[in-house]
Amino acid sequence: MSESKKNIVAANSVDSLDGQFATLNLGPTHPATHGIFQNVLKMDGERIQSADQTIGYIHRAFEKIAERRPYNQITPLTDRLNYCSSPINNLGWDMTVEKLIGIEVPKRVDYMRVIIMELARISDHLVCNSVIGVDTGALTGFTYMFQERERIYDLFEEVCGARLTTNIGRIGGFERDFSPVFFNKLNEFLSGFPKRFNEFENLLCRNRIFMDRVINVGPISAERAINYGFTGPNLRAAGVDYDVRVMNPYSSYQDFDFQIPVGESGDTYDRFMVRQEEIKQSLSIIKQALANMPEGNFHAEVPEFYLPPKEEVYRSMEALIYHFKIVMGEMNIPEGEVYFAVEGGNGELGYYLISDGGRTPYRLHFRRPCFVYYQAYPEMIKGSLLSDAILTMSSMNVIAGELDA
Amino acid sequence: MDRESIVNILNEHFDQAIENVSEPHGMLTLEVRSDVIKPLIIFLKENESTNFNFLTDITGVHYPHKKEKEFAIVYHLHNWEKNFRLRLKIFKSRENLDVPTISDVFSAANWMERETYDFYGINFVGHPKLIKILNMEDMDYFPMRKEYPMEDATRTDKDDRFFGRDGNEGVKFDNRKKLAGKNE
Repeated sequence: MSESKKNIVAANSVDSLDGQFATLNLGPTHPATHGIFQNVLKMDGERIQSADQTIGYIHRAFEKIAERRPYNQITPLTDRLNYCSSPINNLGWDMTVEKLIGIEVPKRVDYMRVIIMELARISDHLVCNSVIGVDTGALTGFTYMFQERERIYDLFEEVCGARLTTNIGRIGGFERDFSPVFFNKLNEFLSGFPKRFNEFENLLCRNRIFMDRVINVGPISAERAINYGFTGPNLRAAGVDYDVRVMNPYSSYQDFDFQIPVGESGDTYDRFMVRQEEIKQSLSIIKQALANMPEGNFHAEVPEFYLPPKEEVYRSMEALIYHFKIVMGEMNIPEGEVYFAVEGGNGELGYYLISDGGRTPYRLHFRRPCFVYYQAYPEMIKGSLLSDAILTMSSMNVIAGELDA
Repeated sequence: MDRESIVNILNEHFDQAIENVSEPHGMLTLEVRSDVIKPLIIFLKENESTNFNFLTDITGVHYPHKKEKEFAIVYHLHNWEKNFRLRLKIFKSRENLDVPTISDVFSAANWMERETYDFYGINFVGHPKLIKILNMEDMDYFPMRKEYPMEDATRTDKDDRFFGRDGNEGVKFDNRKKLAGKNE
């Protein structure tokens, strides 16, 4: 061997690469990250040494915009937080304003809201879980579950006319009562969905290849998860049974009988399984709500805050005045300070609202679960393979809209 | 756990730290002296009788008309065991926006504090990486402060004067006219 060849061999030997790292730019746009996230990874061979996150690529300043908008015009902004489960955001906002004003909604509204929110939770979890499948190479389940999501969107469309950014519900109740068509479609969904969902579960849950791929990938301990502010399925996967629906029941969740599934190790498999089980629990909640749906009005009797029927506006003076005041954002909102939280698709979605009695909020802050727990990502992927980091991210269900607000 | 017990135990350990106690919409809210905020939060977290194990949220609020209390920093804590939520508030003047970081107590505070810095310019002393998080790093102002109006100040079609009030924030009509004149 000649002298120069020897040198090349030496340079390629493992020893001389010690302490040398490659920098890998994952994102901002990358087909495997499902959203706009940038991670600059420091790679030691195939292992991730550290990650430097950059977020804010789709920051739209909703909190600032909200300071200029009347209360009922803020609902469409909340659509765009976690856009996989917009109705939960919408209804959470409505309930926040109701808490500030002190509106008691009829029991029927509570149950209608529960149905809508649980449908949204199912569609959110379906997307997350089927995407975990895609990232492990199982595209089939994804295509089938997206069809189910379309069915849920059909239901939303029946209630409010929109599918993705729903703007569902109003302050004080719903825009209109559920139609018979909605109930038919819902019953159809409830009878057909579990069977198809089981097929999806059979594809992945006990699938050897899938299990080998996701077990022990991106784990986090319960202690660290709590310290990092985890909530929702990601926290429950680590074994902590914190759920806002049970801790601080809203919208009559105390009437329903359901289990909180928990995992053990907080890894990708547990997150997947917790979401699978939550879908089943949500189905059971919807069935209970349907069976016990109380009679009554679909909105509270608060003419100052709830738009009158359009025919009335043309006929009665009071209705015309209220219509005008509400549309122009001239409702009498009391002064106050409110924190209200709902269990969103990803965890505790909080609204911190300060009103100075003006036509718009003085300050509105969204406590977005994604934003809080995504900061644990570098710690969770440290020392793992790049392909595992992709899986960890999709199983955490980080939604760019919620992350960046 | 109730209002009395928390206020009592805090008064016992921190001399005159609590400046105001209120309970808007059922959440106990304590305004505390800003210099004790960090030891107070550590105490609330680690003392067995309080045990606030979870940091729900940190955010800021701007009150431009209050001179000494221009910026509020609001902490939401949650005791999961007893299911008790607590809100802590500190106030800072514009001249002194230094607040000790609690990112070493709660890892969750890291980004929450960065967000608060990003929007209000609160300087969390001791934070490992206090740079803007949602906005661009080279942005040299703090956009959630009330002196930055939401909409184009030269717009005349959305005039609050027609609704019998001054603008909810930022630019009043006269200023707006002035600004509009400048552009001509």
